[in-house]
Amino acid sequence: MTRVLKYILYDILRTRFILLYTAFLFISTFGLYQLDSDSGKVVLSLLNIVLMVVPLVSTVFSTIHFFNSYEFIELMLAQPVKRSTVFLGEYMGVACSLCVAFVTGVGVPILLFGINANALTMLYTGVTLTLVFVSLAFLSSVLTRDKAKAIGIALLFWLYFSLIYDGLLLWVVYSFSDYPLEKITLVLIAFNPVDLARIIMLLQLDISALMGFTGAFYQEFFGSYLGIVLSTLVLFIWIVLPIALAQRIFNRKDL
Amino acid sequence: MISIKQIDKKFGKLTALENVSLELQTGKSYALVGPNGSGKTTLIKSILGLVIPTSGDILFNEKNIRHDWKYRDKIGYMPQIGHYPENMSIGQLFDMMKNIRGENQRIDEELIDAFRLYKMYDKRMHALSGGTRQKVSAALAFLFPAPVYILDEPTAGLDPISTEILKEKIIHERRMNKLLMITSHILSDLEELTNSMVYMFEGKVHFNNTIEQLKHETNEVKLSKALTTFIRQKELVASVSEV
Repeated sequence: MTRVLKYILYDILRTRFILLYTAFLFISTFGLYQLDSDSGKVVLSLLNIVLMVVPLVSTVFSTIHFFNSYEFIELMLAQPVKRSTVFLGEYMGVACSLCVAFVTGVGVPILLFGINANALTMLYTGVTLTLVFVSLAFLSSVLTRDKAKAIGIALLFWLYFSLIYDGLLLWVVYSFSDYPLEKITLVLIAFNPVDLARIIMLLQLDISALMGFTGAFYQEFFGSYLGIVLSTLVLFIWIVLPIALAQRIFNRKDL
Repeated sequence: MISIKQIDKKFGKLTALENVSLELQTGKSYALVGPNGSGKTTLIKSILGLVIPTSGDILFNEKNIRHDWKYRDKIGYMPQIGHYPENMSIGQLFDMMKNIRGENQRIDEELIDAFRLYKMYDKRMHALSGGTRQKVSAALAFLFPAPVYILDEPTAGLDPISTEILKEKIIHERRMNKLLMITSHILSDLEELTNSMVYMFEGKVHFNNTIEQLKHETNEVKLSKALTTFIRQKELVASVSEV
C-alpha cells in the first residue's frame, strides 16, 4: 500500500496543480485578513470560498487525476497488487494532497493572524467538504469510461449541492409553507453536504439567525454542540458511502 | 496449472466469450489463435483478473482467482498495447515496477540489455515509438521470473532483429519448463514457439490440441496451411448442418 501510495503522491505533486491551489488559498485568506481586522468577519468571508471553491476544485481535480492515472491503474492491476489497494491508494493520495493544500493555504495565514475556535472550525469543515467531494468525484469516475462524461457528472454533483438543492429546498419550504415543515427541512438538509458544512460553521459562529428559518430551528432543536456532532456524523456518511460504492463498482470493473 | 471452467463474458449485448473451458498445463506452450475480435485478449485479461467473467470460474493452481491477487506474481504479462504513465521515463518505470514488487524479488534484465533499453533510460514514455514501447512491454513481462508467461501479440511492431531476440528469450523460457501462452497472427512464429494450439472463433474454443495433431488431422505440413484447411473444414461442416 505505502509503495503504491508513494508513486501516486509523487505523480500528483509533479503536476504542480496542488501548489497553485495552495497558493490561491493562501493569497485569498491573507488578503481577507488584510482587508478586515475582525477575525469573525474574515472567517465568514472565507466560508464562501470554502463552500464554493473547495468542492469545485476537489471535484474537478479528482476526476481529472483519476482518468490521467488510468494507465498507472491498468499497469498496477496486472501486477500482484490488490484492486482495493490501488483504488484506495488513489483516493488517499488525492484526498490527502488536497487536504494538506487546504490546511496549509488557509491555516498558515490563520496562524499568523491569531488562531481561534471559529477559524479551526472552518479548517475542519473545509477538510470534510474536500473529502466528501473527492468521494463523489471518484464515484462519478468509476461510473463511466469517458473522461468528459465523468467530469460532467462530477460537476453536476457540485452544481446540484451548491446551487440547485438550495433552490429546490426553498421551493419546497415556500410551496408548503402552510404546513409545519421544521422537522422535514431538518431531514432534507442532511441530504446536502454543503448545507451541513454551512450549518456547522454558522452554529459555531452563533449567527444562525442569519440563516433564517432552518438555521434558527436547527439551533433551537439541537443546541450548538449537538448540532455540530450530528452534522459531522452525517457528513462522515457522505464521505464513506460514495467511496464505498465506488470501490464496489471498481472491483467489478473491466479494464 | 490454470483451469478455465465454463466462463462467459458479455459486454452489454455483445458476447465476447461463450462457455470457454480450458486446461493449461505447466511445461506446455500454447498458441492462442483466432480472427480479430474472437475473444483472445478478453480471455487473457480474464486470466489476469483485469476482466471479470460474467459467469464461470478460473482456477490458478487449484485456487479460484476471483478474490485473489497474489497469484499474479506468478504471471509475466505482456499486453497487446502497453499503456504506461506517459510522463515517466523508461528508467523510472522499471524502478517503479521493481519497487512495487519488493526488494527480495529476483530480477531478469536480459531483455533490457538485449534491446539496449538502458541507453534510453531518460526517454519519457510519451516520446517512444510503437516498437520501443513494445520492447519495454516485453522487458517488463520478463523482468520478474515467473512460472507462467502470457504474451499478447509479442512480436507485433518489432523490427526483425528485436523479434529474433524476443523469440530466443521465449524459447529459452520454454526450455525451462514454463507455461507459455502466446497470441499472434504470425503463424510461422507460433510454429517455432509453441506446441499446442487453441483456436477461438466468435468467443468459443473450436480447437484445443497439439499442433502435431492439427497437422495430422488436416494432412498438412505447415501450420498456416493446416489452420486454413481446418477452418475450411469447419465452415463446410457448418454449411452442411445448416442445410
